[in-house]
Amino acid sequence: MPPTRKSKKEMSVKMEPGFPGAKTAVAFFEWFGDLGMFCGRLTVPFFVPPYEIREFVRQFDELGSKSLPLAGLAGAATGVVLSLSTRDSLIRFGAKSLLPEAIVFSILKESGPIITALVVSGRAAAGIGAELGAMKVTEQIDAIEVSAVNPYKFLVATRVLACILMLPLLTLVTDFCGIFMGWVTDTLAEPISLRLFLTSGFQNVTFSDFLPSTLKTMVFGLIIGLVACFQGMRAQGGTEGVEHAATTSVVLSSLLIILADVLLVRLILVFFP
Amino acid sequence: MEAMHTTNENDSLPVQVKTLHKSFGEQAVLNGINLQVRQGETLSILGRSGTGKSVLLKLIVGLQVPDSGSICIHGKEIAGLPLDQLNEIRKKIGFLFQNSALYDSLTVEENVAFPLRRHIKMSDGERKKHVQELLSSVGMEQDSQKMPGQISGGMQKRVGLARALALGPDILLFDEPTAGLDPITAAEIGELILRLQKERNVASIVVTHDIHGAQTVSDRVALLRDGQILIEGTFGDLQKSSDTFVVQFLNDGSLGGHHV
Repeated sequence: MPPTRKSKKEMSVKMEPGFPGAKTAVAFFEWFGDLGMFCGRLTVPFFVPPYEIREFVRQFDELGSKSLPLAGLAGAATGVVLSLSTRDSLIRFGAKSLLPEAIVFSILKESGPIITALVVSGRAAAGIGAELGAMKVTEQIDAIEVSAVNPYKFLVATRVLACILMLPLLTLVTDFCGIFMGWVTDTLAEPISLRLFLTSGFQNVTFSDFLPSTLKTMVFGLIIGLVACFQGMRAQGGTEGVEHAATTSVVLSSLLIILADVLLVRLILVFFP
Repeated sequence: MEAMHTTNENDSLPVQVKTLHKSFGEQAVLNGINLQVRQGETLSILGRSGTGKSVLLKLIVGLQVPDSGSICIHGKEIAGLPLDQLNEIRKKIGFLFQNSALYDSLTVEENVAFPLRRHIKMSDGERKKHVQELLSSVGMEQDSQKMPGQISGGMQKRVGLARALALGPDILLFDEPTAGLDPITAAEIGELILRLQKERNVASIVVTHDIHGAQTVSDRVALLRDGQILIEGTFGDLQKSSDTFVVQFLNDGSLGGHHV
């Protein structure tokens, strides 16, 4: 809105002389303010029918099918790395028998969720940011609005919900691949049956170890979906605007995921000691 | 009695704009625009690039919010209207975008079906038939399964026009309908617009700087300069004008080719 823009501009102009970083500071707070307004515009379409089920299913399918191989591969690599590095450490302390448990706990509680979130953030956030950015600069989003369809409901709510619901499922895939490849690596170094590996690995695992850390990825999904859609919907200019939307979507969502993880880990420790 | 008659007539006008102002930052784009379009009438808005012609169309359809002034669609003020009410008005307006703005991820058929799927309850078979009729009316029935990237700019305009007609609008807004097209295709699009207007008796606003195209499709023309309407009337009125800018615009447009 022009009056708002004017007031923001005036504010930055007033602050600049006394405070050299004023422009950056204003841009920083302006980003959060705009994100808040974006969330506000999204809230009602998110919950009020009619729902865009067809588009949601399409997004859910696309996100899942395209991210699944990446999540699996990242999980497998994490399992291998964990097995190799942890084995060496545990041998030094004479606690080699704890290796299956160390791998399982590490993957279920932290590595699996955060690796999944970062991998999906790299793929999906860039994809969503670029797609919506391109739609914005080519007036496709305007065309949706002119067709009397709310783009927040059709484009944003469907993608955000798909991200929220898909992340825990992909985390299960990452966990599975990580644990399996952890066993493969372990058994190549010193043969151990899969059954024994899983029995000793899961012997002390409870649902409070597994569920909160898996479900916290829904928050990561929310961050990925929201940030990518927000950056895409505010894209301006031509290809440069699209590129900027894609890049900032990945960078900001990855950063916010790591910051949110700090908070979530602390909260999980408080509520599931 | 006469005043009441005038008020009723204004209430039924498809589009009525009064003292419309719009600026971006310090730059005033529209500076007190007044215009009205009657049912079945086509108004072309001419002007140089960057004079706010496209902004005016976006204001009329509620994509942008005016700083001040009034925009009435069938007598209903749209500024400040809640989204659900604005969307009800938008269903009566068809908009052809400058670059067609077809949805990349949907086929030609799905593009035209997009508004129908959301606003008109009909079976899949009925919808498909209706979409084919719309595509046929713009000569695109053979390409219904193609993606927008697989068809030419002129064909995209036709599909965009079919999509704009999908909900049976009584107002059509055209943003540079012949921009970027070769003279023959531009003439074809102009004739197509003219034919559809006659068949459907819609009120149309065509934003363009294609003087020949405007002459073909318009009942009236308005020339925009410095955010204001410099002159408004029939094409003949413009040709009779002795204003230096009008004369120069018409002469340069005549020499400059058929489209932008």
